[in-house]
Amino acid sequence: MAIKILREFFQRIFSNIFKNKKDLSLGFYGPPNAGKTSLANRICKDFTGEELGSVSKVPHETRNVQFKEKVEIDYKGRKITFKLIDTPGIATKIDYEDFLKYKMGRKDAKKRAKEATQGVIESIKWLDDMDLVVIVLDATENPYNQVNITIIGNLVARKIPVLIVANKVDLRKADIKKIEAAFPEYEVVGISARYGKNIEEFYEALFKLSKKA
Amino acid sequence: MTLEKKGEKNIGKIKGLSIQFLPYSEIRNLDSNARIKKILAIVLGNNILILQGRLKADEEARLIGDTMAMIGYVKEFKGIELAVIEGHGDEGMIDKMRKSMLKVISGGELGTITIIGPATIVKEIKKNPKKIELLLNR
Repeated sequence: MAIKILREFFQRIFSNIFKNKKDLSLGFYGPPNAGKTSLANRICKDFTGEELGSVSKVPHETRNVQFKEKVEIDYKGRKITFKLIDTPGIATKIDYEDFLKYKMGRKDAKKRAKEATQGVIESIKWLDDMDLVVIVLDATENPYNQVNITIIGNLVARKIPVLIVANKVDLRKADIKKIEAAFPEYEVVGISARYGKNIEEFYEALFKLSKKA
Repeated sequence: MTLEKKGEKNIGKIKGLSIQFLPYSEIRNLDSNARIKKILAIVLGNNILILQGRLKADEEARLIGDTMAMIGYVKEFKGIELAVIEGHGDEGMIDKMRKSMLKVISGGELGTITIIGPATIVKEIKKNPKKIELLLNR
């Protein structure tokens, strides 16, 4: 009996130690083709030397949630270990005919559309597993898209800290001010995940955000 | 099941434009499942729905999830266009308090409207702080 009590006592202590040391789950959310995987790849490449997923001009390239464990971000002497979770883009409509424009066969386009719909469902399910979320928006697109508002609304309801990234600032049409005006309560960092522009500013904001988790 | 079968016949065939208004009182006492089912039944019937108020954040996410589950399952259905239109948000403290009280009393955000349309009919709902445009497919 005494042994059993002791065993349970130590189990509880050890499980608490590991629980406290749990890596922060950092999710990348946003509409399709905003650059979520490009940003996740940039971070992975900077700190692990490997990429996380493939990127493409064709929307819905990421159709499954993909993650990388134990990514230690070492920035200006500060270190945090994250579990990076790259999610498929969330959309309210998916038409396989849109993929035909990218010289894709009908059969492949239909398959991609089907997988993309499953990906959206998966992304939504994963919302509960996040400690922090980076919302990646395409700075050349209209930010007043309901998908963006719905994602943020769900994160707020779950009390998950949010950082908004305005990606593709290297493009002439990019308008960070529009994104800042659309989401005045959030910090918006303008970056180019593809070229690494302002990535230092992003890491700074990420460290600030992780204090809220 | 009946819902999908009912919608299947109509999706993709535009015979005029039908806009249906749904007062919040129609969904106030429904649970999340029933609310989403009701909304999707209207949209699958090729109607543009104007809902008084808005869904909860998790219901909006579920609506998107359920919509995705129907693509490929319901013939010709390609998803929805969705927009929530609120006030300016730059009102003073008293207006904000009045709004919150109204929300508590009514059980919903009655100063808000939600537009939901099938993607086969509604191409895009363009929103910016100054105007809202509903672009239809030809």
